Amino acid sequence: MRSAAGPIVTAVLGDATGRIVVGLLVAAAVAVPVLNLMVPAGSPLHVPPYVVALIGKYLTFALLALSVDLIWGFAGILSLGHGAFFALGGYAMGMHLMRQIGTRGVYGNAELPDFMVFLNWKELPWYWYGFDAFPFAALMVVLVPGVLALVFGWFAFRSRVTGVYLSIITQAMTFALMLAFFRNDMGFGGNNGLTDFKDILGFNLQAGGTRAVLFAASALAVAGAYALCRVIVASRLGRVLLAVRDAEGRVRFLGYRVEYYKLFVFVVSAMLAGIAGALYVPQVGIINPGEFAPANSIEIIIWVAVGGRGSLHGAILGAILVNFAKTYLTGAIPEIWLFALGGLFVAVTLFLPKGIVGTVPAFKFGGAGGGWRWRRLVPARGRSEERP
Amino acid sequence: MSELHASPQKRDTILYLDGVSVSFDGFKALNNLSFYVLAGELRAVIGPNGAGKTTMMDVVTGKTRPDEGQVVFNGGVDLTALDEARIANLGIGRKFQKPTVFDTQSVFDNLELALAGSRGVFQSLGFRLTPEQRLRIDEMLETVGLTERRAALAGDLSHGQKQWLEIGMLLMQDPHLLLVDEPAAGMTDAETEETAQLLKRIAGDRSVVVVEHDMEFVRALDARVTVLHEGSVLAEGSLATVQNDARVVEVYLGR
Repeated sequence: MRSAAGPIVTAVLGDATGRIVVGLLVAAAVAVPVLNLMVPAGSPLHVPPYVVALIGKYLTFALLALSVDLIWGFAGILSLGHGAFFALGGYAMGMHLMRQIGTRGVYGNAELPDFMVFLNWKELPWYWYGFDAFPFAALMVVLVPGVLALVFGWFAFRSRVTGVYLSIITQAMTFALMLAFFRNDMGFGGNNGLTDFKDILGFNLQAGGTRAVLFAASALAVAGAYALCRVIVASRLGRVLLAVRDAEGRVRFLGYRVEYYKLFVFVVSAMLAGIAGALYVPQVGIINPGEFAPANSIEIIIWVAVGGRGSLHGAILGAILVNFAKTYLTGAIPEIWLFALGGLFVAVTLFLPKGIVGTVPAFKFGGAGGGWRWRRLVPARGRSEERP
Repeated sequence: MSELHASPQKRDTILYLDGVSVSFDGFKALNNLSFYVLAGELRAVIGPNGAGKTTMMDVVTGKTRPDEGQVVFNGGVDLTALDEARIANLGIGRKFQKPTVFDTQSVFDNLELALAGSRGVFQSLGFRLTPEQRLRIDEMLETVGLTERRAALAGDLSHGQKQWLEIGMLLMQDPHLLLVDEPAAGMTDAETEETAQLLKRIAGDRSVVVVEHDMEFVRALDARVTVLHEGSVLAEGSLATVQNDARVVEVYLGR
């Protein structure tokens, strides 16, 4: 008897990389809240609240980077519009948080969010219905990005739009959404977006305990998404995707419907991006149309490229490192940040084409020396005799 | 489906092209092309550059839709209405001119991906090899002489080995008809000879159509030859027959 759990555990934790990544994330999910809440503020081990918020934000970016690596690194789909799925997940969460404000808004209107009162709206638009309930909002966090990815991907992949053309239309998609969300009459707060949140599931968003739980949820979400991506890329489906990345025509002539495979992974990726957005919004306290900006989506690509495309843990590492650098540089010497980011991308492309995990030995958890190969990092389940 | 013309081999015809025309921006790549291939036959298709050899394969495998004509497979299915994946699953395998394998995956995994069977997205998520399937892959590794390199990345194979791997992948699909585009290109003489022997072994159980430039290779195949020129059949018969055909000589030796 084969159980379904065995291969899944092997796919996720079967090698050193998987154990280290999941181990670190779970450890962070426990340790950071403990060091923040339990250790007194004077102690050198104390993690101050601003660090919890900062790393929590980085983790949501890491989740977003994972979603991009899944499609770019393993299926060759270069989406320059993934920020849109992140923002949609964020808006879905933001709408729920807006409804939670109730009468505590500036206008004290229980029926309408402040911005609608300000715009003289008399009733709640139909698409805001249901967002009072957390389960509904949570469903929308994955459903809205998922459905958009399904519709967009259906047309794009069926028409065999690939390469740079696909990248351009994904960019156009996020740009169009940005313009739409900037409009006041869209009903999403226009320019200002959604903000001034009070609490989530009844817990005060400013409280240390709530923030610690959001941090832990983000770390565990990254671990869960990482596990899901590992299961996908280690399966035959993952190998079909790699084959599509390397020789799409060959895959078609082997009888695979390439468009369905791409569609599946694109939708999964969009849903992960949506979850990242939903975890981001309560931690930073605002969502506005700026999140749809094309530049944001390009930045995600840089995170993944810096960390190492097609390795999954490289995306996590890249997102955290680049954002750490961004926080540091925008604080220390704000005027050079964009130059540094551009320079970083050029430097990585020229000198580190495989990113940090493909180049720096310390991050090649999987094997000693030799060329970097994704297969060494992700062994397929129960097929060890096929390995060298 | 449509009644085939009064071809005496109707029952045994695996592929029948009937008046197929394709034009690209006014250039007629195929011009009322008609010919048929018998079940189990090994057929060589030759012709000068631009004769329409690759376009003919594109039409059969669903990559290009013809402007006119029919392509009938296995005595009834019109292929012109179907896409690549559907045609592949009906049992037509295609080898590209440039060896096209999955470079970042092992030789074993390349064959496994080609293995006949389910092509569904969700089935592939939980797919596991059965012992019988594993055995089939082992046998195929033996057939194409890559047993020693089973764990190597396909990208690390020599050019000739890649060609063989791709032929192995085609056979894993269990096709009725193989379309093979210039398999001997870039091969050493010994490899060319071995490839010809391999294709001769394969034919019989299946039909094989080989597009080739190399006359030595065509001679080694010892098969019926169809000569294409400007998108239609110029001559057909044994290699000796077509080589003595005045029109063929003219086309090949210049005008």
